[in-house]
Amino acid sequence: MKKTSFKYLLEIFALFFKIGSFTFGGGFAMIPMIEKEVIEKKGWVKKEELMDIFAVSQTVPGAIAINTATCIGVKLAGRIGAVFATAGIILPSLIIITLIASLFTTLEAGPVINAAMEGIQPVVVALIVTAAVRMWKTTINDVVGVLIAIVTVVLITVFDVSAIVMILLGALTGMVINRFFPDKAKKIVKKELSE
Amino acid sequence: MIYLKLLWEFAKIGLFSFGGGYAMIPMLQGVVTENSWLTLEQLADIIVIAEMTPGPIAVNTATFVGYKMGGLLGGIIATTGVALPSMLLIFLVSKLLIRYNRHPGKIMVFYGIRPVVLGMIMAAAFVIAKTALFTKETVAVFTGLFKNPVHTVSIGAVVILVLALISQLRFKLNPILTIVLGGFTGILFYHVF
Repeated sequence: MKKTSFKYLLEIFALFFKIGSFTFGGGFAMIPMIEKEVIEKKGWVKKEELMDIFAVSQTVPGAIAINTATCIGVKLAGRIGAVFATAGIILPSLIIITLIASLFTTLEAGPVINAAMEGIQPVVVALIVTAAVRMWKTTINDVVGVLIAIVTVVLITVFDVSAIVMILLGALTGMVINRFFPDKAKKIVKKELSE
Repeated sequence: MIYLKLLWEFAKIGLFSFGGGYAMIPMLQGVVTENSWLTLEQLADIIVIAEMTPGPIAVNTATFVGYKMGGLLGGIIATTGVALPSMLLIFLVSKLLIRYNRHPGKIMVFYGIRPVVLGMIMAAAFVIAKTALFTKETVAVFTGLFKNPVHTVSIGAVVILVLALISQLRFKLNPILTIVLGGFTGILFYHVF
């Protein structure tokens, strides 16, 4: 655990405040921002660790964006770090929504906002695709990984299988390999521990 | 006591909504109608606003409902409620993960989970692309693509998507800047012209 000075906590808060201000379209859209700000600029988290953080964020109930912020906060500065990171990711929406709720009596967006949103949506798709492309390199090491990833996409988009079920299936696959293919499992564990 | 009620109801939603903000919409419908906090039409409007403003949908909706029921403090309390359960669970899970970090069983479990997470990210891109790139409902997309491709695919959206992809993969432009540029391009494409 790193130093937990108040300045460091404020830095965590400010970073997630920035990310929260630009997270359109759900928690996954924040991945490229986390990569840029937390991994590249600050070097606080390693690329490989981000995948495990997302795994936990998906397994635990609640909003993915909040869970991710909490996980990274815990990693950076323990529980108090988690509180600052989560407060940071929540506050922009809290302010914006409170302003909207108090200022507008009818909830209809103007044509300019609608047009801007239509421009932002494809960008969000591009950001998520970019995140997936970059993560592919650090995540997929063998044929089993490719198969699991493809099956996941199909099960979710075609059969609407829920996130928690998918995570459990993934965990089960890992356990089955561990139990019935001990040689392969040994290789994977050895590689992971040597990194 | 409206504040306690808000905290309790939103903590329940936070605890039982697996799979992110969209998964909590059915629970929200139940809670707001049972307590007669909002009508379903009002809730639908709030969800649209929650999607258009930055931030997690769960937080946006909690803030809105909380504000309507108990002012600024209500908004803060409802939002705290929705965030609290997962926060406590993560404290627990992270403690276990640190303890068993180098355990072979843990390594194998995550070996299976990581590609699933990647698959979920790709699936999320597909789902958003469906509404972002096509002008019709999904069912109509396939027939429309053959009969009238120009009117089924939003050309402007495809142009923005390609430009954004190049800006990210080739030039590593700051994601926040890309979002802002996308917003301005949208205003140019769909409002000015």
